[in-house]
Amino acid sequence: MSQTLMNTKLDQFRSKLTPSKVKIDQTLLDHADAYLSGREFPTTRDEFWKYTRLTKISNLEINVNDSIIQSIPEEAIIHPNAQKIVFENGVFRKDLSDDILQVQGVQFSEKGSSSFTFQEDVFYALNCKYSTDAITIDIESKTILKDPIHLILISSGDGSVSMPRIVINAAKFSESEFIVSTHNVNSQNCLSNVVIEADVQENAKLTINKIQNEKSSNFSVFNERVDQALNSCFTINTLTLNGSWIRNNVRVNVNGQNAETHLLGAYVTNENQHVDNHTLIDHLAPNCQSNELYKGVLDGKSTGVFNGKVFVRKDAQKINAFQSNGNVLLSDDATINSKPELEIYADDVKCSHGSTTGQLDEDAVYYLRTRGLSEKSARHLLVTAFIGDVLEKIEDEHVVKYAENALSMRYGWSF
Amino acid sequence: MKKQSYTENELAKDLENQEYKFGFVTNIESDKAPKGLNEDIIRFISAKKNEPEWLLEHRLKAFEIWKTMTEPEWAHVEYVKPDFQDITYYSAPKQKKKYESWDDVDPELKETMSKLGISMEEQQRLTGVAVDFVMDSVSVATSFKEKLKELGIIFCSFSDAVQEHPELVKKYMGSVVPMTDNFYAALNSAVFSDGSFCYIPKGVKCPMELSTYFRINEGGTGQFERTLVVADEGSYVSYLEGCTAPQRDENQLHAAVVELVALENAEIKYSTVQNWYPGDKEGKGGVYNFVTKRGICERNSKISWTQVETGSAITWKYPSCILKGDNSIGEFYSVAVTNNYQQADTGTKMIHLGKNTRSTIISKGISAGKSQNSYRGLVQIHKNADNARNFSQCDSLLMTDECGAHTFPYIECKNSTAKIEHEATTSKIGEDQIFYCLQRGISEEKAIGLIVNGYCKDVLNQLPMEFAVEAQKLLTISLEGSVG
Repeated sequence: MSQTLMNTKLDQFRSKLTPSKVKIDQTLLDHADAYLSGREFPTTRDEFWKYTRLTKISNLEINVNDSIIQSIPEEAIIHPNAQKIVFENGVFRKDLSDDILQVQGVQFSEKGSSSFTFQEDVFYALNCKYSTDAITIDIESKTILKDPIHLILISSGDGSVSMPRIVINAAKFSESEFIVSTHNVNSQNCLSNVVIEADVQENAKLTINKIQNEKSSNFSVFNERVDQALNSCFTINTLTLNGSWIRNNVRVNVNGQNAETHLLGAYVTNENQHVDNHTLIDHLAPNCQSNELYKGVLDGKSTGVFNGKVFVRKDAQKINAFQSNGNVLLSDDATINSKPELEIYADDVKCSHGSTTGQLDEDAVYYLRTRGLSEKSARHLLVTAFIGDVLEKIEDEHVVKYAENALSMRYGWSF
Repeated sequence: MKKQSYTENELAKDLENQEYKFGFVTNIESDKAPKGLNEDIIRFISAKKNEPEWLLEHRLKAFEIWKTMTEPEWAHVEYVKPDFQDITYYSAPKQKKKYESWDDVDPELKETMSKLGISMEEQQRLTGVAVDFVMDSVSVATSFKEKLKELGIIFCSFSDAVQEHPELVKKYMGSVVPMTDNFYAALNSAVFSDGSFCYIPKGVKCPMELSTYFRINEGGTGQFERTLVVADEGSYVSYLEGCTAPQRDENQLHAAVVELVALENAEIKYSTVQNWYPGDKEGKGGVYNFVTKRGICERNSKISWTQVETGSAITWKYPSCILKGDNSIGEFYSVAVTNNYQQADTGTKMIHLGKNTRSTIISKGISAGKSQNSYRGLVQIHKNADNARNFSQCDSLLMTDECGAHTFPYIECKNSTAKIEHEATTSKIGEDQIFYCLQRGISEEKAIGLIVNGYCKDVLNQLPMEFAVEAQKLLTISLEGSVG
């Protein structure tokens, strides 16, 4: 189009994308447009992207690919009874998905929701403007879901771009679990830019188990934005089992009193993987609890990033916030950058954070060897135990089992 | 006095010849340079100090670099940026007495000092009252100086060092904090007024705590201080900077640079107590303290920073260690107290380059009033730093519901044999602890003093004895009337 469009790398990148077919609120689009125009991709000089480079994404060859998958790949089945919702390259595949409307107390719509929000972030804005599809799932009040709803995000073909937006509304007194998993089928150099927005209303309980298991040179950016009301409980477990380039931004606004927030994460990386976890818990109301535990094991030439931030706003008294990040480096070429932050403006609080980086305890390895385990098995056992701290806190045993299987298959862990 | 006017005249002659070149009218009689910052001002400062050509070039180069830089904005502080053209960059150190007699001294200042337990004589010296005892003090200082000279220790003002030991200054200045380092380091490199220089020869253990305290005649070094401490192989020095007494300074911006060089097997202990004017209770006025402090450790050497920060409206300071040599050790102990509208963004950087390097960070922040207190630290383990070890602990204590305490640690590790631990806590001062003290008949103010001193013990223990006693009292005074 005009010359201004070709000015920045971001503009060049945008010119290759197809504008959203999803009906999105015009003011929101205007916001996104205003934010994106003339802007450049963030660089490592931006504090928020200090450890993650976007050059590869800005140079991606983008293609529009037809859907190719005929059935859900076996590896994408995590929970036997889950209601499955399938996306291929960011487009909802009704033919492969279960009919969610059959489930009592659940409303499902394929339309975008007016409750879409905008955040000042390049990927958030791109997801507004170039959204490939959008769905809204409402859990009605007092509904207690027996089985989880499983969102399966598959990328296929070369250079596909998926930008789905998923909105979850958990109404009062509801209880529900979601599994979100990423997979790939014959794909390379794809970009997934997923936005999940969740509204956890009064006394509601919502759990999201996120499993990242893409086995190719794909890029994924996840933006989760959660609002919590009075007495609500929100849990998100981010398990990064595979994937070459991953960035997770979890943002939780705790707006109501007596709310509980749990953020758990585990990442096991190898080769040239890059996994970046950014979290933000914003305590806007008093008497709340938050708990964050991220653990990572890094091998090969992989890099890991953890940036957790806890905000306690003025007058948000009696907050207990706990944040912890543990890392094990198995190779000299692996890198970890950890930045646990606290920003506190209220006085009657108990907040703490801890971060450790080290290696496997040689004494422990020795102990196991004296018990007849091989060096390799001993190390595997210790790594499993290290990650196990996170896995054992996950309630859904199918998810835990899936993660354990995927890890032992990938690394040949055997005991 | 006679000698001084002689040099003045000599300078006057020199400057008269160059007047046109400078492009502004220099009033030789006055000891102040006109306001503003440009190349001519830098030439003026350099000429005033009779500096060699290379140093002038160094200043000009730094100024060129400074012009291309922008003020950093990442710190968690809010302030009105200083107008760099509205600052006087040179004013000759004044020897004038400030008060005619002890009765003229501000009673509030007197009270604070007596609370600190500073002796009457020292109080008078600190306030600048002209009294006889100064003679006494000078003689003490002189005897110290003689002893240092015997050992070959060089301890003098930076200007003297430039004249007398140019080879040392040339070799080490800018080797730890290059002029390109940051905005304020560049500014300092261009316009630095004076400072201290210290060199400890090989294998010498400095027998006393070196302190600017002894350099009575060289006081008032101005707002752009430059300190350089070089500990040669196998030597040891403990250096004290600052003073617990309140410093009523009219200079708003202080941008100092401190460089420490610890050669093989050397050890430097650098302690600071900073109590500059923090502004009034409404947050008006106060000193901006933007300091770049850094030390470099060669093999088996050790640098230890200890600081007690209670003053300044804005503090922006990160004493750091570059652990370049194998087996070197870096330490950082800090207490930062903010009250009223003070803001502090302080911490450290530990850069591990050598094998078996170790670092310890203990930071205690106390926020009261409506202040903001941040810890910002970096622990970086490079690829070849095998078996590097770091332990960091950053605690924050909150006194009122209007203040803030923040922690921003950066941990970057590229080596699989490194062990890094970081922990931070933020909490309120214990109500039951205060209650317990009250029960035992200890007043609330005293109770807080007691609890705070206990909380800061790990850091205060690192200070040299006399300093520690004063620092303890200083903490209590800084927090007076701050119970929320």
